[in-house]
Amino acid sequence: MSVSTSKIGGTSDDALVKVRNLRFTRGDRVILKDLSLDIPRGKVTAIMGGSGCGKTTLLNLIGGRLHPDGGDVTVDGISVPSLSTKELFELRKRMGMLFQTGALLTDLTVFENVAFPIREHTELPESLLRKVVLMKLETVGLRGACDLMPSELSGGMARRVALARAIALEPMMIMYDEPFTGLDPISKGVIAKLIRELNQTLGITSIVISHDVPETCFISDYAYLLGDGRIIGQGTPKEVQQSKSDYVRQFMDGLPDGPVPYQYPASDYLQDLLRART
Amino acid sequence: MIDAIRNLGRIILEGLERFGRAGLFMFEVMRGTPQLRKRGALVLQQVYGVGVLTLLIILVSGLFVGMVLGLQGYNTLVKFGSEDTLGLLVALSLVRELGPVVTALLFAGRAGSALTAEIGLMKATEQLAGMEMMAVNPLTRVIAPRFYAGVIAMPLLAALFSAIGILGGHLVGVGLLSVDAGAFWSQMQAKVDFYDDIMNGVIKSIVFGVVCTGIAVFEGYDAVPTSEGVARATNRTVVYSSLAVLGLDFILTALMLGEV
Repeated sequence: MSVSTSKIGGTSDDALVKVRNLRFTRGDRVILKDLSLDIPRGKVTAIMGGSGCGKTTLLNLIGGRLHPDGGDVTVDGISVPSLSTKELFELRKRMGMLFQTGALLTDLTVFENVAFPIREHTELPESLLRKVVLMKLETVGLRGACDLMPSELSGGMARRVALARAIALEPMMIMYDEPFTGLDPISKGVIAKLIRELNQTLGITSIVISHDVPETCFISDYAYLLGDGRIIGQGTPKEVQQSKSDYVRQFMDGLPDGPVPYQYPASDYLQDLLRART
Repeated sequence: MIDAIRNLGRIILEGLERFGRAGLFMFEVMRGTPQLRKRGALVLQQVYGVGVLTLLIILVSGLFVGMVLGLQGYNTLVKFGSEDTLGLLVALSLVRELGPVVTALLFAGRAGSALTAEIGLMKATEQLAGMEMMAVNPLTRVIAPRFYAGVIAMPLLAALFSAIGILGGHLVGVGLLSVDAGAFWSQMQAKVDFYDDIMNGVIKSIVFGVVCTGIAVFEGYDAVPTSEGVARATNRTVVYSSLAVLGLDFILTALMLGEV
């Protein structure tokens, strides 16, 4: 399925990430089935779907952490699966990723965590590095927490620090893996505001993987709904929310039963009970 | 019967696959060695973690092992009127065997298990994945400094174990059992050979350092990223390291003595 991004004012040539006929399996289980989509440059694109539908797998395939069984992923015109480790690391310097847990290095302070990618990839003098790090922390409102250890941060603060670290090298794109999961409403609002602001002020292309419908729809320009390893709905957040598709309705309305069944596939209930008795 | 054979085959294949993975892992760690030049501070920091923090258990154990050697050695030697050679017996036992072997076993239990748990937890909390996404190779940033720190720390710890053990033997032999102090030290000075005894012990401790730290970092890196997976990996580190040290000790001793 090839998706035009013309609906949000671009053409497919404007796409920063192009996923074409992507196929990924784990053992016998097919996670992604011939998936195709475009992530437009400079926009916030949401990829929503239930747990286990392949959202994070897709993110890992875009970031080159997993290798597809078929199809292609290109980022800024570069085919990710065909890259050598060295080339992949060069590409990743232009990509940021916010993990669900924050993935902060627990033995480093907040300051050192944000400074980490800068120290690794640049030769900035210490005085300039300090200014850059403090500017990044100011962007996420945590300049005052620069001397704290990750263990002293709340979940929301940890994710904001991780966000400051993700933008440390001023990437062209940031991938957010479940940025709202496990956060209180205030922290969710803060993260949503930051994602939107970073996109608008720095022009960073954002991919937000989430199953939090209100927050994700609020900040995104375009949304894909993933289910059963394929796209089951797409459009602007408003279009997705108004979709009549059973799959989309079940997800958006949080219905326990529907195309995604409540019961995990099992043998006949009565027969199972009788077998247990003998 | 068929099931038993199938299971045996599966276990062997899985073992070989893991062994191959460990080989590739070590190759990657070695390949990143040149980059360690700009990570000297990290190696030093890890030497503190795996070396200095292991000192207490090494020194206390060394002292008691030396004291027991003094007691047991005296009890046997006195029957032959050779108690003057107690210093030699204690020194040779420690420098050639007990120093490297017991240090390696204690190292595996203290530092090795800590390394595995630390790296396993870094994996479970996505810190290693985070580094990869920041275009930083965890093998050169996390694994290599810890590996080389272990290889550096092990001979130093073994030397300290032997030194404190000899003092323990002296404490018991000379202090409590009235062995002549001059004879204790002069026998040791005359008969302990630098190359055949001390260097052989050093070689052993370097080999044990490579093996114990290699197992520890691999098990951590290869751990299933769950609490149970990390616990199992830590357990494997101690078991595999201990068995490898004892097995390798025999092989190295046989090679060094040229008896087999």
